[in-house]
Amino acid sequence: MSTTSLTTKQSLIIIGNGMVGHHLVEQLVEQGATERYDIVVFGEERHLAYDRVHLSEYFSGRDAASLALSTRGYYTEHGVTLHLHAAVTGIDRERSEVITDQGRHPYNRLVLATGSTPFVPPIPGSDRENCLVYRTLDDLDAIRAAAKNATTGVVVGGGLLGLEAANALRGLDLDTAVVEFAPRLMPMQVDSEGGGLLQEKIEALGVQVLTGRVTQRIENGEASFHRMVFQDEKVLETDLIVFSAGIRPRDELARDCGLEIGERGGVVIDDRCLTSDPAILAVGEVALWNNSIFGLVAPGYQMAKAATGTLLTSSSEPQGGTFHGADMSTKLKLMGVDVGAIGDAHGDRTPGAKMFRYLDEIKQQYRKLVVSSDGRRLVGAMLVGDNSVYDTLLQYYANGLDLPEDPAALILPSSEGTPALGPDALPETAMICSCHNVTKGDIRATLDAGAVDLGTVKDSTRASTGCGGCTALLKSVVDHELEARGVKVDKSICEHFHYTRQELYDIVRVEGIKTFGELIDKHGSPDTHKLGSSSAPMLGCDICKPAVASILASCFNEPITDAAHIPLQDTNDTFMANMQKNGTYSVVPRVPGGEITPDKLVVLGRVAKKYELYTKITGGQRIDLFGARLEDLPAIWGELIEAGFETGHAYGKSLRTVKSCVGSTWCRYGVQDSVGMAIYLENRYKGLRAPHKIKFGVSGCTRECAEAQSKDVGIIATENGWNLYVCGNGGMRPRHAELLATDMDEETMVRTIDRFLMFYVRTADRLQRTSVWRENLEGGLDYIKQVVVDDSLGLGAELDSQMQTVVDNYECEWANAIKDPEKLKRFRTFINDARPDPDIIVTEERGQLRPA
Amino acid sequence: MNTATAAAKTMTRTWQSLCIRADLVPFSGVAAWVETTEGPAQVAIFYLPGYDTELYALDHHDPFSSANVIARGIVGDLKGQPVVASPIYKQHFRLEDGQCLEDESVTLRTWKVSFKGDEVWIEA
Repeated sequence: MSTTSLTTKQSLIIIGNGMVGHHLVEQLVEQGATERYDIVVFGEERHLAYDRVHLSEYFSGRDAASLALSTRGYYTEHGVTLHLHAAVTGIDRERSEVITDQGRHPYNRLVLATGSTPFVPPIPGSDRENCLVYRTLDDLDAIRAAAKNATTGVVVGGGLLGLEAANALRGLDLDTAVVEFAPRLMPMQVDSEGGGLLQEKIEALGVQVLTGRVTQRIENGEASFHRMVFQDEKVLETDLIVFSAGIRPRDELARDCGLEIGERGGVVIDDRCLTSDPAILAVGEVALWNNSIFGLVAPGYQMAKAATGTLLTSSSEPQGGTFHGADMSTKLKLMGVDVGAIGDAHGDRTPGAKMFRYLDEIKQQYRKLVVSSDGRRLVGAMLVGDNSVYDTLLQYYANGLDLPEDPAALILPSSEGTPALGPDALPETAMICSCHNVTKGDIRATLDAGAVDLGTVKDSTRASTGCGGCTALLKSVVDHELEARGVKVDKSICEHFHYTRQELYDIVRVEGIKTFGELIDKHGSPDTHKLGSSSAPMLGCDICKPAVASILASCFNEPITDAAHIPLQDTNDTFMANMQKNGTYSVVPRVPGGEITPDKLVVLGRVAKKYELYTKITGGQRIDLFGARLEDLPAIWGELIEAGFETGHAYGKSLRTVKSCVGSTWCRYGVQDSVGMAIYLENRYKGLRAPHKIKFGVSGCTRECAEAQSKDVGIIATENGWNLYVCGNGGMRPRHAELLATDMDEETMVRTIDRFLMFYVRTADRLQRTSVWRENLEGGLDYIKQVVVDDSLGLGAELDSQMQTVVDNYECEWANAIKDPEKLKRFRTFINDARPDPDIIVTEERGQLRPA
Repeated sequence: MNTATAAAKTMTRTWQSLCIRADLVPFSGVAAWVETTEGPAQVAIFYLPGYDTELYALDHHDPFSSANVIARGIVGDLKGQPVVASPIYKQHFRLEDGQCLEDESVTLRTWKVSFKGDEVWIEA
């Protein structure tokens, strides 16, 4: 870092707040540049920098906030001034000022991070209404708005972004076509054979593909809004057109102030990201290095890093390195179709290159290797339909590793799978994450410094937090390195059992063990300390006892207040109420779906008044009664049960509530009876004990008033049935639920939820919500889908019958306890005195009682 | 408290009848009022049938939450020592001597308890 000490800070202006512009700010903050510069950022868009790589997810449920890469708070915290929705209109190099509508802003150093703009070919009619582009969130809003009155859509451009745009149109239920000028799709990445295969796959998804078509003009259509006329006078009618025919650097500002511009656009930069004016730098897609524009995020991040070094040092070899160009290898999944291109994928840049090609027309897979003339080195590769060997090939390519004797083995199917390149074969310099420039050596250093798991490595190196393409590779490197260090992760639940929760669950099921005593007797860890000289078994502890209680309840659903189970329960389960900080309890009767009759409301009010309870409406659409004394619980429940209430399991690791909107019964927009569905589901799954609490939501239309996408299980009505979302969470670490299945009828949906819940109950760790379970589950959502929807493990029938057992054995725990005098004995505050605990002192606030 | 008064108080402890066996909950706790040398106290009684020591008595008052809840904690063993976990903030207290395992400076008071036939007696 620089040792220069300046009494006054210099002014650094960054124009552009896209992915690269934001990354530059992060790099500058990390390197301490805020001590030297007052940093001011101008962003043209309304939104703070967001993840453009995953832009298409905006149509599949993610919103602007979840795509955001940062927060205003981050900028404020580090003293970086951020002006959004503030376009820069000019640069005055003579006076070193940047001009906006608001005025002039002086700079000492200036960085252009203005990015690029979609290229709209100069076709007559391309400026018509409903001719759009696909680049920003505002563009996507415009596409969504236009799609409302459209039934068909065309994307002009069959490259990477074009296919993404086509997928987005498909997601908006438009009949979609792609028109490509070249004779095949993705001409930059694939050859004609790969392109043909890709086209077949895309067409199989219902997208029409027209290649070799040059649009001559766009005019009024007859059946649709537009008519596109091609070079052969053939026509195509459509309501909506999206241009995605490549990008052009946003170099107007640089052009106007006389910076050197490339022949085909782009601000010329050197290895230090300096433009022809040494006070001005350029990074990202606006920058032209060695006559190339880099239209990917990883090279942009590398430029940001180099620019940070340049801004902080005056030497010609800044710390953090210079920019030497970047590998443009890419791995994509477009509409579910894998496409990969590495290095010189066409083999036309390497004299004497030789090729290996493998085409499987049945599995629809194409793989091509381009090797050096001596067959020793991989210079490029192309993959369509299956990217499973991409990581291995990229490592051969990027690290110049010696190819195996028969390179074809790398792309041929073999009974033992492709010989994978083990992590130990990678050199220290192997680039694992190109977005954040993390090498295998960096990962090893992090582990040497004390990191013991993948999460810590990610946090400290930021590896795989960019495009995420290296996730699997990173995991294998970390696992391998941990193993090599002899790190054995002890997954025992506690000192009493050398098993994970999942293993204990399987033991209980397989052996039909029904009590904790039997389990610890047969399977308790043999080397744990004995209790004194006693030959009596271990007692267990507050970790394993509730966990086993939950497992037993999930499997057999016997009343938790039965004598054998009572010592296992947390106080909340023991007394079937939630202990509060002063030792009193809160009582939450079940209100299925949040629907409650006036009569029942009156009862709740009457009971609360009688027992002097504080009342509050919960987030789960029910009413919580606080401050109940232990000895009053049976009487309170006597009155509630009399009025038809059941226990709400607010105290259990079990189904809590099914929140619902009012649905089609009342709402003008509702398309299904969400309340009816919520009540049905709440009644089905009430009493299911699980590794942690479970919350549901049911919305009657896509307006999503029940906030179902923040629940463990979320259901949203569609015109054709129900969409099912899973593994969402609110709370401390909010997570949007993910779409598991669409347009299901009720029977299919209930069966899918049965299986999903049982699979979770069976495999999750103790106190692990579905969101965390999902994030730790190898294979992620796809794996859940395979097991739950496609029944890939053949577990379906078993999961169904387990759920049926739980449903059949449901009994209201309070109703069960209240008729058993033995069980009620437990609710005495003191066994030898009927008076209440005098230390519970309350005071009045806003007309109710609260702990003093 | 200095050792002289502590000794004096210990010396004045007397055995008294508390409740009967059927009032206890096996492998769990119940609370009772006890007249001690320091005045009336809420005491948590834990019952481990079949073990070397079957009965334990500790303060029912949880010093971390200032609520009277210790009897409602989960009973277990850690490293061979029987403990109870506070139901509020989950600290563990050794049943034998009331020592808090998470905070050396905190100890619950303990009393001797034993069965006399079917009755539970405590020295307080």
